[in-house]
Amino acid sequence: MPSLGADMEAGTLVEWLKRPGDRVKRGDIVAVVETQKGAIEVDIFEEGVIERWLVEPGTTVPVGTPLALIAGGEPATVAAGEEVPAIATSTPAPAVPAFVSPLLEPRTGVGRRRVSPAARRSAAERGIALDGLIGSGPEGAILHADVERAAAAPRRAVPKRLDLAEMRRAIAAAMARSKREIPHYYLSTTIELTRCLTWLETTNSTRPPAQRLLLAALLLKAVARALGEAPEFNGFFTAEGFQSGTGIHVGTAIAIRGGGLIAPAIRDADQLSLEKLMARLRDLVARARSGALRSSELSDPTITVTNLGERSVETVFGVIYPPQVALVGFGMPVGRPWVAGGQVVARRVMTATLAADHRASDGHRGALFLADIDRRLQSPEKL
Amino acid sequence: MNRNDITAVLIEELAGIAPESDASRLDPNAELREELDIDSMDFLNLVTALSDRLKIDIPELDYPNLATFGHAVDYLVQRLGAAA
Repeated sequence: MPSLGADMEAGTLVEWLKRPGDRVKRGDIVAVVETQKGAIEVDIFEEGVIERWLVEPGTTVPVGTPLALIAGGEPATVAAGEEVPAIATSTPAPAVPAFVSPLLEPRTGVGRRRVSPAARRSAAERGIALDGLIGSGPEGAILHADVERAAAAPRRAVPKRLDLAEMRRAIAAAMARSKREIPHYYLSTTIELTRCLTWLETTNSTRPPAQRLLLAALLLKAVARALGEAPEFNGFFTAEGFQSGTGIHVGTAIAIRGGGLIAPAIRDADQLSLEKLMARLRDLVARARSGALRSSELSDPTITVTNLGERSVETVFGVIYPPQVALVGFGMPVGRPWVAGGQVVARRVMTATLAADHRASDGHRGALFLADIDRRLQSPEKL
Repeated sequence: MNRNDITAVLIEELAGIAPESDASRLDPNAELREELDIDSMDFLNLVTALSDRLKIDIPELDYPNLATFGHAVDYLVQRLGAAA
């Protein structure tokens, strides 16, 4: 069971998306788990063949519990190890009925099912479990058409709505830890937005809506690029001290309708074109709100960016998400008097703030980092 | 496609973005962004969906015309008329 945040203690396995015997590679989604942050797709870090499951759907297990045995590939598999007793085996699948796919519902019948040879062959070819199927033949016999129907059905049930009370508890635990352990310092600067907004207007005027960019994409890219020069803000603070991240994976704070917040990662944000970054952002927002994020997206962020947006207030004083060491916040763009060339002019500006961990960096470096973000936003065409 | 059809499309797309609110009971003069708690990403998704479904271009410069439900219907009717 992967840890999807400093505060997570346990998770419930909802569904396996691969079967024993399947070959898996890094990045494959193998299972869905239910956590305080909603339903999360577990992607795998190893390569090999799934030997067997160690945890059944419906079971709640502590973080760190092996979920499956993977054979082949590297010997150090993420899932290898002793079987760990589950916490709540007494509540099988019904605990999360909305998630359970028809193929994984508990067996109801006793003894052998009647299955037509064609259905058996087709099911074997497609890797479909016969005992989960509803037969439409005589005495409930499973026919080829039943297998076809099951194969055509979406593999995942519609995710249930996020449990906002659970999410609130997760936020409370993480933020309490942050305020208890992290000696924050705060910096703020005002960024003039004329160049960004003019560039966006020009760029978007020739694009259909599906390809338009939002200011948020420019902000994320500017932060990611600036982090390349400021590694002490990108990474984790653990018992061993500060460790720089192995990539720039920008956690993007996404508000959940009805309350709640989640900050999944846009991996290697510094390497993505603005178009790709925007597409990732759109996808991430949609999945965060429907409760379909992947485990790596929650464990990967090496920094968090929070963007208050257009109907909001001017300044955010961020709380760092442990074990990260920095959070960059952008306020609402506002019209303000601005001095340019000795004249007071009306301009759109935005407050950018940095909350950073004093165990990993000092205010001087923080100021350079924030100023570098500003500088990059003055040349949006180069982002 | 007449005004009623366009209104129905708009209600449907708003419901997709703000599922918990009842878009059919919106005050036609209220600001959509305020009323439905729509952020800039939601708004872009709304514009994308409307432009796909109605097969019209909605330039960024026209976004202010979509500020309220009533104005949005008027604007879409006019855009579709122009496209026909």
